Amino acid sequence: MNNDPAPIEIKNLSRRFGAKPALDDVSLTVPRGCVFGLVGENGAGKTTLIKHILGLLRAEQGSVRVFGLDPVANPPGVLSRLGYLSETRDLPGWMRVDELLRYTQAFYPNWDEGYAESLRKQFALESSAKIKHLSRGELAKAALLIALAYRPELLVLDEPSSGLDPVVRRDILEAIVRTVADEGRTVFFSSHLLDEIERVADRIAMIVNGRVVLDGALDDIREAHHYLTLRFPKPQDRAPLLSRALSVHGTGHEWAVLCNGGRQEVIAQAASLGAQVVEQRCPTLDEIFVARAARKQDAGKGAS
Amino acid sequence: MQLHISTKDGMPIYVQIVNQVKYLVAAGRLAPGEEIPPIRTLAQQLVVNPNTVAKAYHELEREGVVTKRHGSGTYISDNGSPLARRERVKIITQRVDALLAEARHMDVPLKEILDLVRGRHDNLQSKEGK
Repeated sequence: MNNDPAPIEIKNLSRRFGAKPALDDVSLTVPRGCVFGLVGENGAGKTTLIKHILGLLRAEQGSVRVFGLDPVANPPGVLSRLGYLSETRDLPGWMRVDELLRYTQAFYPNWDEGYAESLRKQFALESSAKIKHLSRGELAKAALLIALAYRPELLVLDEPSSGLDPVVRRDILEAIVRTVADEGRTVFFSSHLLDEIERVADRIAMIVNGRVVLDGALDDIREAHHYLTLRFPKPQDRAPLLSRALSVHGTGHEWAVLCNGGRQEVIAQAASLGAQVVEQRCPTLDEIFVARAARKQDAGKGAS
Repeated sequence: MQLHISTKDGMPIYVQIVNQVKYLVAAGRLAPGEEIPPIRTLAQQLVVNPNTVAKAYHELEREGVVTKRHGSGTYISDNGSPLARRERVKIITQRVDALLAEARHMDVPLKEILDLVRGRHDNLQSKEGK
């Protein structure tokens, strides 16, 4: 069992669209049974990465393996074991909900009719409702239903709750939690909503301008980062220079510093500048993300 | 068992679960021998990853707050009281620290605080006596 290939294994994947690098030397491993959250701003490369996993894009450089298989060379081998919810939920508008279920069922020998029916009831979807008349939330639930009903080993969700109200978001997150809790399946999902990533993911990767800037267990990442508030005896005109800081912002007497490791160095440097640490805590994922994303932009400006 | 998870204050979710269970034990809202929900049930209730709940339960077991009974479930330990006492003191200490910090900001001297605490205590007791 442990020798089985990982659900997703990506090595040194790069992709360009024209002159613009969309993915830059991305390597990721998604272990079995985990909920893997892919975090990034719009346009960071999340959907491009997911298209490679689905075999919709061929790896120009590097390799993509899903259950050890190449998704471009072997689409049936990969897609029969994978459920996918696209950000655009492309469903045929002219079908009714029950027709959609029957239609999708035809493609999947493992389709579980009882499970599909229980999900339909749980999601409060009318069998006779036309797809084109469904609300945004119902559309998302219908798309999720057909991605879950054949009990795929790997569930891939691209921005599952973007544009949805909190009630539907909760339904969708619950379905993700239940998927891994009941069956030990693997979930890979992208989101720019850090709150939901933080709740349900156990591993995350953060992607900024096509590069993976952070990858690991969520708790390890959180515990490695520190958020310190420094107080200076005199107001400072500009941000203090601290070599280990990822970001420094503030005004006057008080400046907030975010660092990844190197907390003692930051405290020592701050002391040598005459500042005192007045608060220390774990940063939120949101704060880590903002610091990382801002840092990348600054680096870009410096290079040009 | 009602827990509240927040992703706003930067505390890892498993730590929030551990702390809140300890708090509920210290406050007497979870009694020794009481069963706590299975991992999957709590994960779905809180909408958090089941592995996170498992990690919290493991930590609570390691610290002796809960005991796993073979093949049945997870229960608040019978010998939870010494820990509960320690936790109780810890919780009160945090409250006292916050009170003292605020008092210092508002320039209220310690003697006045102590008088106030005593006064409120007497007030509560006379109410309970009625």
